[in-house]
Amino acid sequence: MASNPVSNTWSLTKIRIRLAMRNKMFLFFSLLMPLIFLFLFVMLWGKGSPMKINFILGGVLTLTVMGGFWGLSVQLVSFREQGILRRFRLAPLGSGPMLASSIVANFILVVPFVFFEMVVAKFILHMAVWGNVPAIFFLVMVGSATFSAFGLVVASVTNTMQETQIINQLIWMVFLFLSGATIPLAVFPDWIKRITLFSPATYLAVGLQSAATDQVVGAEFVTEAVALVLGLLVAFEISRRIFRWEPEAKVPTSAKVWVLAALIPFVIFGAYENYSGKMLKRVGTMMSFIDRPSGAAAAKPAPDSQPDR
Amino acid sequence: MPEPIIQVEGLYKSYGAVEAVRGLSFAVEEGEVFGLLGPNGAGKTSTVEILEGMRTPDRGTARVCGLDPEKSGSAFKQTIGAVLQSTALPDKLKVKEALDLFASFYKDRANTEALLKRFQLEEKRDAFYKDLSGGQKQRLALAMALVNNPKVVFLDEPTAGLDPQVRREIYDIIEELRREKKTVLLTTHYIEEAERLCDRVAIVDHGKIIKTGTPRELKQSSAGTTRIEVRLARPAAEAALRGLDGVSDFRTMGDVYVLYASRAPQAIVSLVKHLEADNNELQSMEMYSPSLEDVFIELTGRRLRE
Repeated sequence: MASNPVSNTWSLTKIRIRLAMRNKMFLFFSLLMPLIFLFLFVMLWGKGSPMKINFILGGVLTLTVMGGFWGLSVQLVSFREQGILRRFRLAPLGSGPMLASSIVANFILVVPFVFFEMVVAKFILHMAVWGNVPAIFFLVMVGSATFSAFGLVVASVTNTMQETQIINQLIWMVFLFLSGATIPLAVFPDWIKRITLFSPATYLAVGLQSAATDQVVGAEFVTEAVALVLGLLVAFEISRRIFRWEPEAKVPTSAKVWVLAALIPFVIFGAYENYSGKMLKRVGTMMSFIDRPSGAAAAKPAPDSQPDR
Repeated sequence: MPEPIIQVEGLYKSYGAVEAVRGLSFAVEEGEVFGLLGPNGAGKTSTVEILEGMRTPDRGTARVCGLDPEKSGSAFKQTIGAVLQSTALPDKLKVKEALDLFASFYKDRANTEALLKRFQLEEKRDAFYKDLSGGQKQRLALAMALVNNPKVVFLDEPTAGLDPQVRREIYDIIEELRREKKTVLLTTHYIEEAERLCDRVAIVDHGKIIKTGTPRELKQSSAGTTRIEVRLARPAAEAALRGLDGVSDFRTMGDVYVLYASRAPQAIVSLVKHLEADNNELQSMEMYSPSLEDVFIELTGRRLRE
């Protein structure tokens, strides 16, 4: 069989999945942490309406999906610092398979975790309905790839692990608190809500919360999906262009300009959403829907769904 | 006459103000084990990494199997195998996984089970990379360099930092490659490695080749003399030592007086007589039959590992 980028990507993907499964830190942050958040958020804010658990699940799924942003950038920088990438550079591999394998591996790892969280939410926390499952998995697929690609961009523009950790923390804080994943957007003042519309995480969080509460509206779902897909394509191409194999290769100044280009799709979509107001309106509608005690009935519950609240 | 499998002409490489490679030229024939022998910082690794396609030369040309390493991309990489000066792999990658993974990138794939056996790694097939000893890691690096049945193998300091026992094991493996008529470009700063393993050696210093030949030719060129290194109780007059009977050449290296003797017994007798007459004493004396170290000292005035 001839060596080609697809088979190279697949070979690397399989190894990266095995390495991830042997990494206790990865399992803790990818599997256990989102579950802890799920139980914590349900205890704090899940009372009153069973649909609140669906809404909370949407946020927790967002955290799970965005987790790829962390793991991949840190792993890539650590591989570069240790000289591991140099050994791969000797092989007939381009940067494409190296980066694409990170994204595919992350996606394959995230799907079972998402499924597990949904099962826990449904059978242990008695979530009202399964939500729009195809929409959930579509957003998980696109979102995990997009946030992995963002992680790869960070890895490409940082020189050391220390730098990566600092930049990741800053970006992660924005993703975590200004997206609706942990704090519902509805509680923010209007000017903060408008800022959040420029964050990629908002598109994922609102999309997954809508899908989990079965409130998907076709045209708006398309906006979220297109924003994430465009973000993925731009971020992947940028990370491919500025990828560095060598530990001593420093970031060229032009690379920093390229990073700003990764945000272009979200600047455009942020401006559009600020202008149209559709997303914020939908967030408001979703909040009033889940706050209704009869929300479960209004949605399309699965036949076996037995909310106990 | 067939084209050399490796052809380097007028190669230059600088890192800022440091000129690592300064106009290097050499050619390696197919099936030859060619050594670049020189001290650390001589420009050996930069040269090899240019030939591996890992670095871009500032000037000059390099061809391996008729291909430009920098521009031929995947087609070039399919033809070479390499052991880097220091190989690193993910800690939790298993030995067999590493071989299978790297083999999967190539069109022509060696049998990885056979490689495990050949490099005595069968028992470690399921061991994590982090749990291997230095010698095992280097054997794995060598096995990985052969997963694609390469035409040319680059070995950059393959035994540096290994204990003598492991070094001998690596020598056996390289000798096997030599018997298989693989083309090998080896860099080293170990004299015995170059003498034992290489068909031809280029002595490199400060980014330049200062002499090339078979180990035998190079040693013969050093006037076939015995090197006598002595330490004395008091400094001696250099002119007097240089003029001793049987001494053909002389130099000092720190507090060591180095006498090159075409007739060693006579040189020793005359040295002892001279020291008695001068009321001086021998503190130590070591004798070496001609080696590549002598050639290096003769050409540069320094030891290889200074």
